[in-house]
Amino acid sequence: MPTVTINGQTIEVEKGTTIIQVAEKLGTFIPRYCYHPGLSIAGNCRMCLVEVEKFPKLQIACHVQCSDGMVVHTESERVKKTREHVLEFLLVNHPLDCPVCDQAGECGLQDYYMEHGRYDSRLDEQKVKKSKKAEPIGQTVMLDTERCILCSRCVRFSDEITKTSEFGIFNRGDHSEIGLYPGKELNNPYSGNVVDICPVGALTDRDFRFKCRVWYLKKTNSICTGCSRGCNITMETNTDRPHHGHGERVMRLKPRYQPAINKWWMCDHGRYNYKWIDHGRMTEPVKGSSEHRQTATWQELMRDVSNQIRQSCTDSPESVAVLLSPQQSNESLYLAKKLFVEELKLQHIYLFSPNADGDQDDLLIRSDKHPNRQGAAILGFQEDGENIENLIRRIREHKIKCLYVFGQDLVSRLPHAPITEILKQIPSIIFHGSNSNLTSEMAHFVLPSATYAESFGSFTNFEGKVQFFSQALPALGEARSDLEILIKLANQLGITWPAWDAGDVARDMQAEYQAFKNVIEAANDKEVFSS
Amino acid sequence: MNPTNRLNLISQFFSLTDAHMLSVYEKLGGYEMAKKAIREMKPDAVEAEVRKSKLRGLGGAGFASGVKWSFVPRDSGKPIYLTVNADEGEPGTFKDRYVMERAPHLLLEGILICAYAMGIHKVYIYVRGEYLGPIQRLREAIDEAVAKNYLGEKILGTNFNLEVVVHQGAGAYICGEETALLESLEGKKGFPRLKPPFPAVVGLYGCPTLIHNVETLSYLPFILQEGGDWFAGLGTETSGGMRLYSVSGHVERPGVYERSMGITLRQLIEDAGGVWRGRKLKAVVPGGLSAAVLTADEIDVTMDFDSLRKIGSMGGSGGVMVMDEKTCMVRALYTTMRFFGHESCGQCSPCREGTGWVARILKRILDGEGRVEDIDRLIDIGQFMGGTTICALADGAQMPLLSYLKKFRSEFDYYVKHGCSLVESEPAGVSN
Repeated sequence: MPTVTINGQTIEVEKGTTIIQVAEKLGTFIPRYCYHPGLSIAGNCRMCLVEVEKFPKLQIACHVQCSDGMVVHTESERVKKTREHVLEFLLVNHPLDCPVCDQAGECGLQDYYMEHGRYDSRLDEQKVKKSKKAEPIGQTVMLDTERCILCSRCVRFSDEITKTSEFGIFNRGDHSEIGLYPGKELNNPYSGNVVDICPVGALTDRDFRFKCRVWYLKKTNSICTGCSRGCNITMETNTDRPHHGHGERVMRLKPRYQPAINKWWMCDHGRYNYKWIDHGRMTEPVKGSSEHRQTATWQELMRDVSNQIRQSCTDSPESVAVLLSPQQSNESLYLAKKLFVEELKLQHIYLFSPNADGDQDDLLIRSDKHPNRQGAAILGFQEDGENIENLIRRIREHKIKCLYVFGQDLVSRLPHAPITEILKQIPSIIFHGSNSNLTSEMAHFVLPSATYAESFGSFTNFEGKVQFFSQALPALGEARSDLEILIKLANQLGITWPAWDAGDVARDMQAEYQAFKNVIEAANDKEVFSS
Repeated sequence: MNPTNRLNLISQFFSLTDAHMLSVYEKLGGYEMAKKAIREMKPDAVEAEVRKSKLRGLGGAGFASGVKWSFVPRDSGKPIYLTVNADEGEPGTFKDRYVMERAPHLLLEGILICAYAMGIHKVYIYVRGEYLGPIQRLREAIDEAVAKNYLGEKILGTNFNLEVVVHQGAGAYICGEETALLESLEGKKGFPRLKPPFPAVVGLYGCPTLIHNVETLSYLPFILQEGGDWFAGLGTETSGGMRLYSVSGHVERPGVYERSMGITLRQLIEDAGGVWRGRKLKAVVPGGLSAAVLTADEIDVTMDFDSLRKIGSMGGSGGVMVMDEKTCMVRALYTTMRFFGHESCGQCSPCREGTGWVARILKRILDGEGRVEDIDRLIDIGQFMGGTTICALADGAQMPLLSYLKKFRSEFDYYVKHGCSLVESEPAGVSN
């Protein structure tokens, strides 16, 4: 194995390792634009030029592989001077429209100028005018070629990752422009990623544009709930300045590097699957049938709900049904199992998906559009159409007195007509969920719950990998986390549970079920401009 | 050393009527050396002669041909390709055009010898898009050669097969850079490739590929005829043989001159009739537009690759551009830099942005808007524009930029100070 020395630090490396990779291992960051660890090497930005002893010319750290005895200097005067000049070249025809640019604050040009540039402008010439200012190139992305530094990351992404090849570089020299091939639109299922990997403001997100300056954003590690892949994401929220996003708190989701699952990427379905966190929410406990609905206090509601359950159970444990959801976290499912199966010994507890199956591909997207079917399976809950048929039959036969629903919209999901008439036969529907739907409107009790963005917990992806998400936001209004609601309900039913917090629940759950110990830790991603 | 510096090897065909036709070429002894190689020589023996000949790559890089052959792996399990670089885009260079138009069979014979020695069965000739005449001639010559079984299957009764394909470029200068040429041949945009790997190992379609200039290959029949040592003796210690110099600009008789590598620049200019209109020499670009300019005091240099490198310029493509005393060096440099700005492929930021920026500054100076600090600024930009990129285009832009500014600084200072040219030239032979 070759031994290399970088800035005086010597290290043994695998054959084939590039200088930029070794430097990163040693904690030395070499600036780069075109280099992206998930893409092929283009070597065009020249930002990562470093000095390698015995080479007369500076070498690009992204391409040159370490050989034995190689001595590299990444911070010599010559390197610094060259970096400054390369940056100056990149800015020669850049419009410097930072005040109106959505990338400002997370822009590679701004960042490196502060770190490696700091020269006075020497440009007296007219800049090369590119064909068009910002124009949409698909459903999700806006292109402004004037800001582009032609690093070709987007071209390589569309060639190598999605293999859809929408992007090309057209013309030559300083008239070169990124664009789409004639007749193409950027509408592949991963189009949003080109915004993440674009180091400058050339590709911006149509959904996020001008909603909020990035320096107001708070970033929280989370897990995508769009399908069963469990892509690692960063949830970016703004609560300090509610006027910046029309009161919406979640501003955007970004992929977060996770080598074991999603690498640097996420799909558009997952990326834009966040509006429901701030829209259509139920923020107050509600009771009463649809004609006589009224808001209630949690205390009232808990009393009524527990009475309802207790009474139904006393009549017949067979008359209470619970529909668990693969949207629930492991912890939520674990407590639900404890309460409904172990304590109340109910018979009819079924897993029921709120979403239909969808597309699947070889990259990330899974047809199962729920984050935690595997977690439910570990706890012994499998979805089974026959169970649901039995349940419907029992409802028709007036054998179900109380139905506890975890957020699913039965009205739109069950094909049985006339479904609302069927559901009306249930004397007591308890709806425990975050967002209103046709079923919540029919419910006799609404327990407004926090979304995953407002909770702590974990999901188990389709491969059995357990991943924790953090709480990004406080629960909206009177909404409470699943755990809080379930513990309250249990207490109300006279069950004494310890004063668990989310961490305690997770620990107990892992102690009880070995499978929940298969935790994938968040990766430490040093790659800039990728998330 | 060749005492007269003159010998008509390739150029013997230039002045003969119909030398492009196979029948005429055969009458002059054409294809005899290919026959000899294929029928009588072992591939190794051919390669040995080439190594002895000290033949250098005459497209511009001057790389020793024998060494280049030795880099090509023979046992990779993949086919080896020969790609002939006939892009001839370097301004001031027009010798390959002569070869293809007037002696296409000589090139084909050279190709045949090289292909035989290297075990190559497919050859692509990448010809500059504007070279419609040469392309026509090449295609006719290939048809003739196939008809007489100099090319095709079981050549001359042996088991050797060879197919030659002419590919017309689309006019980009950068496609003369060997890896951009390969990209272009593969149907992609002409972007130079990152090296390593080098084309000898991973070239066309990922296979080992030998890339040679037209002229380089065209010397192979002579090397086999008279021997490698003989050819080496025609040149200097390190650069074997003759080469074709394209002499243009302010000389009385511009044209292609076949001379020894050891000829002095002074002699070469004299052979081309000397500086025109009885004027004095001001400057010479000795090896195509990318070469550093030489002053009238520097023309006693011999024209081989190493001597020119020693004085900070290069032999390059052998394109010699002569400028008389009335040439405005500011305008000449602007024209030069505008060319590089126009032809930069746009991949690497220093070249993409630097060449255009330099051209725009020079334009401002020409428009009388120059400032004193512009000159040092140009030098500074130039220093970081070259040596920092994937291919040599930026280096080729850097050399004239820095050499013009250094050697003719007073003209630039004058222009900046007075807003007009020191020499008040008539159009300098290079247009605005």
